[in-house]
Amino acid sequence: MSDTIAAEVANTGPLIYRQSIWTRTTHWIWAICLFFLLLSGLQIFNAHPALYIGQQSGFEFENAILEIGAFNTPDGPRGRTTIFGQQFDTTGVLGMSGSAARPSFVGFPAAVTIPSFRDLGTGRVIHFFFAWLFVGTMFVWFLASFINGHIKRDILVRPADLKGVPRDVAEHATLKFKHGRSYGPLQRIAYFGVFFILFPLIVLTGLTMSPGMNAAWPWLLDLFGGRQTARTIHFGVMLLLVTFFVVHIIMVLAAGPINALRSMITGWYRASPGTPSGEGDRP
Amino acid sequence: MSGIITRRNFLRSSALAGTGLVLAGCDQFDFLGSRDSPVRQAMERANVLTYRAQRALIGDQTLARTYAASEIRQGQRPNGSTDPTTPEYMFLRAQDFASYTLKVTGMVERPLEFTLAELRNMPSRSQITRHDCVEGWSCIAKWTGTPLGPILDMARVQQGARFAVYHCFDNIQRTLTGDILYYESSDLVDAYHPQTLLSYGLNDQVLPVANGAPVRLRIERALGYKQPKYLHTIELVDDLSAFGKGKGGYWPDLGYDWYGGI
Repeated sequence: MSDTIAAEVANTGPLIYRQSIWTRTTHWIWAICLFFLLLSGLQIFNAHPALYIGQQSGFEFENAILEIGAFNTPDGPRGRTTIFGQQFDTTGVLGMSGSAARPSFVGFPAAVTIPSFRDLGTGRVIHFFFAWLFVGTMFVWFLASFINGHIKRDILVRPADLKGVPRDVAEHATLKFKHGRSYGPLQRIAYFGVFFILFPLIVLTGLTMSPGMNAAWPWLLDLFGGRQTARTIHFGVMLLLVTFFVVHIIMVLAAGPINALRSMITGWYRASPGTPSGEGDRP
Repeated sequence: MSGIITRRNFLRSSALAGTGLVLAGCDQFDFLGSRDSPVRQAMERANVLTYRAQRALIGDQTLARTYAASEIRQGQRPNGSTDPTTPEYMFLRAQDFASYTLKVTGMVERPLEFTLAELRNMPSRSQITRHDCVEGWSCIAKWTGTPLGPILDMARVQQGARFAVYHCFDNIQRTLTGDILYYESSDLVDAYHPQTLLSYGLNDQVLPVANGAPVRLRIERALGYKQPKYLHTIELVDDLSAFGKGKGGYWPDLGYDWYGGI
């Protein structure tokens, strides 16, 4: 028995305090925010399930790049999604969903909207509440992570990180993950993209949809090429954040869900064997 | 050793609980649709924060973006009521609004009343602006009308008045117990804003019935539902609770934010 334990100890790296209380708290608040922002956002989208390029929405001219709707056919109604002029039958998911006996003609189905029924006013109440919480958390994260060095240590992409990408890709492809003291090249690129590009973009494009903010900061309209383009970018960034979430979960599962979850709850992370010990580590 | 097992169990069960929450759909948050829900009421405080933040950030006189004439690429899309059927409105419409008057009442020193001809003879302003519907779409059009601010000055708004309530002819909703008439309200910042118009012209034509004839209000830094159509009375008040369900407008009574600037 004691031999087994000794072997185990030899096979593991040190237990390092990897995630500060600021990182952990903001992580979980963000997770809750993004859940509600996504589902209330789809509720809001369903009030007018189309996306345009430009200042306004073309009703008498064509500038839509996405339209979700339902149409009558000889065989009954069908859900149809039009993307860049290409039509797709999306019955059951987009445009028409629910049971065959009682179909519901909405953009996104009830299962992915809050509330499940159509209620734009409530969707907006939820969306703006969590938007404030999201932005407040962003402020705390940027301040804390700048001060405690998390941004410099783990998030900023340095030239050396770019050189390390091919090797990191190979390691990910063979599911050999190195659990070090700081983030690897692909992790840095992913988190840099989320924190420094996607998060600011989704907040600013959201503000660009506010007529009040358009008066205060008219440059927002010029930056994004119009209110309707901003709405389209807002939707596109949402899709990228959902993609990030899916990859994030896959990586957590592949790289060791217990260790990853422990580090995001308690802060303590089991590093790979061979990781040099540092001050404050536990065996 | 047992500590690790407990932690693992904890993590596993929280992961399962989280997955269950997502997979079961979102019916469990439908209670937020109820205006009585205390959770919803707490969330609605964020709308007050938005209102205060925007009022602090945006200058009271700061203008909404205006556009070039070439940006008018289509007619103004009508929404909400497009053909009111109240007897008062149908009577006025039948005689081309000849006996229409716009009243300014409530907390004013001098209640006023204007015919359509009088409004049209006052100094006018035209602006090409973007109309943003709460549903998400936008439409650019040219609006012509009389700025509301000077009219409020003529009526001499009393100290203590905080809101302007806009009463409309249109029966936006017909119920078994009678018609629900559209109304809206704004603070005095929006009422006095230089682009706030009593609009009687759209795209160089007389304002059509579908867009709110004879007079519709334009509050250019707010969403479409803050631009009440078929306007007949502007009432200055210090409290909104006496009107409708007390939230300051037909849509706010149904759970939409009152400010409407976002």
